[in-house]
Amino acid sequence: MSHFDVSAVQADFPILKRLIRGNNRLVYLDSGATSQKPISVLDAEREFYTQHNAAAHRGAHQLAEEATEIFEAARGKVAAFIGAKVDEVVFTKSATESINLVAYSFGNADLGTKFHIKAGDRIVVSEMEHHANLIPWQELAKRTGAELVWLSVTDDGRLDLSNAERIINAKTKVVALTHQSNVLGTINPINEIAKYVRNVGALFVLDACQSVPHYAVDVKELDVDFIAFSGHKMLGPTGVGVLWGKQELLDEMPPFLTGGSMIETVTMESASYLPAPKRFEAGVPNMAQAVGLGAAVDYLNRIGMEKIHQHEVELTKACIERLSQIPQLKIVGPTDMELRGGVVSFTLDGIHPHDLGQALDQYGIAVRTGHHCAWPLMKKYRVVATTRASLYLYNDLADVEALVTGVERARDYFLGR
Amino acid sequence: MELDSLYQEVILEHYKRPQNKGLLPNQTVQVHHVNTSCGDEITLNLKMINGTIAEISWDGVGCSISQASTSVVSELLKGKDSAAALAIIDTFQAMLQSKGSDLGDESVLEDGVAFAGVAKFPARVKCALLGWMATKDAISQSLALTSNVKKEQR
Repeated sequence: MSHFDVSAVQADFPILKRLIRGNNRLVYLDSGATSQKPISVLDAEREFYTQHNAAAHRGAHQLAEEATEIFEAARGKVAAFIGAKVDEVVFTKSATESINLVAYSFGNADLGTKFHIKAGDRIVVSEMEHHANLIPWQELAKRTGAELVWLSVTDDGRLDLSNAERIINAKTKVVALTHQSNVLGTINPINEIAKYVRNVGALFVLDACQSVPHYAVDVKELDVDFIAFSGHKMLGPTGVGVLWGKQELLDEMPPFLTGGSMIETVTMESASYLPAPKRFEAGVPNMAQAVGLGAAVDYLNRIGMEKIHQHEVELTKACIERLSQIPQLKIVGPTDMELRGGVVSFTLDGIHPHDLGQALDQYGIAVRTGHHCAWPLMKKYRVVATTRASLYLYNDLADVEALVTGVERARDYFLGR
Repeated sequence: MELDSLYQEVILEHYKRPQNKGLLPNQTVQVHHVNTSCGDEITLNLKMINGTIAEISWDGVGCSISQASTSVVSELLKGKDSAAALAIIDTFQAMLQSKGSDLGDESVLEDGVAFAGVAKFPARVKCALLGWMATKDAISQSLALTSNVKKEQR
């Protein structure tokens, strides 16, 4: 495993030196929920506040100029990272807000525009969506009278595309899917699905929260219209998310949040709006967080997304292989590495995930337990909840071994008594 | 070991052999409660006879803490009148919300004191309370039913 120096990477993350519940080394396997932050990201945020803090895009003083420049430079870094034009990158507070922005903007669109949704239209999602890419569409369907329809998942954790043509039909206005499942680790064949979406002229929204942090994503290669992702899952701070949208679409869409910074002219009766990205960034922006995200992008680029991906593929493979040797354990999701990311969910016979997670915590191992904000998926697989280990660039084989040993210890603790 | 302070033997016993699990018919009230943070769910049937709890039966899925604690409450409150039952539930809730300072009165809570250790694990307090809050809700609903009946009779 020599794609890059993992121990040097680990040294960049101060939190990984923490001891947990006594004297245990922290084994952090919950990056799918939020990643840890390298010192360079923390420094960038701190430097923004200690040296350049002022409201971007306002004021004629030096600090305001610097703040604007640094904030916009962060936008440039994020745009380059996903192969986008700089004006196609909108900073939001979270990926959740990014998706809501699109859903509310469509809901606000005038009759006759391509974004307008009405009764008789169809919105398509899938059974493996995170609540963040499900509820906004449920709500939009409710407000407009449109019909919400979904692609199902197969028993081995893949999207069932056998009836895709029937589901994504001529009535379909929006298709909103996840790039990679946060529960199953499945990577969906986006460009294959895009063909169905293009055939009917619908808009394609992609939840890229679990993909952009882990492998190279280029919006020019993905045949979609919007992608949403969060900063905090990719080494950046909380409080910053990204919406990428095709320029010609963003420029035509009505705003979501309104107020300062997003207007062109204002009278007491009405206002006209700036083009994207500013149209969607009302209020003083989350500058320090965006700057921190820019530093996170620098960090990921320095290591290289291809190397990070290779590293995670090897770790995930080892993780699945080793966990599968535990007889009472069932992996929920694909067990082969074809189109699969570094998220491994599992159940253990006779032990509820909450109890397993509690025991693992006592050994210093941080995993996620529960429904992972994907309740319908849990019901589909007839499990109450799962335990999920999610891997990132700072994890190594020792972490995988610690997990396996921890699961075995927990099993013996609960079932051996 | 700290894990043992959470997973008392009594708790694991109730988890392995839950009492009153399996819904019984002819209930006065049925309630369904969910722990939204983890997806644990229980359905609970309460049967009241002349203001006294005749039967609590339940079914559901969840972690050892939520299953065991529902088992405990379903045993403990049988035969109690509504007021006494609600008082015991309050005592249990106070213990769990004490962050570990209230070890619980065994003469009141019986097996329920085994959950005192849960108070030190804030993420698990909701698990331990799931069945108790469902019972409290069911008792309140049954009281409302009774007062409605009385109003109608007046």
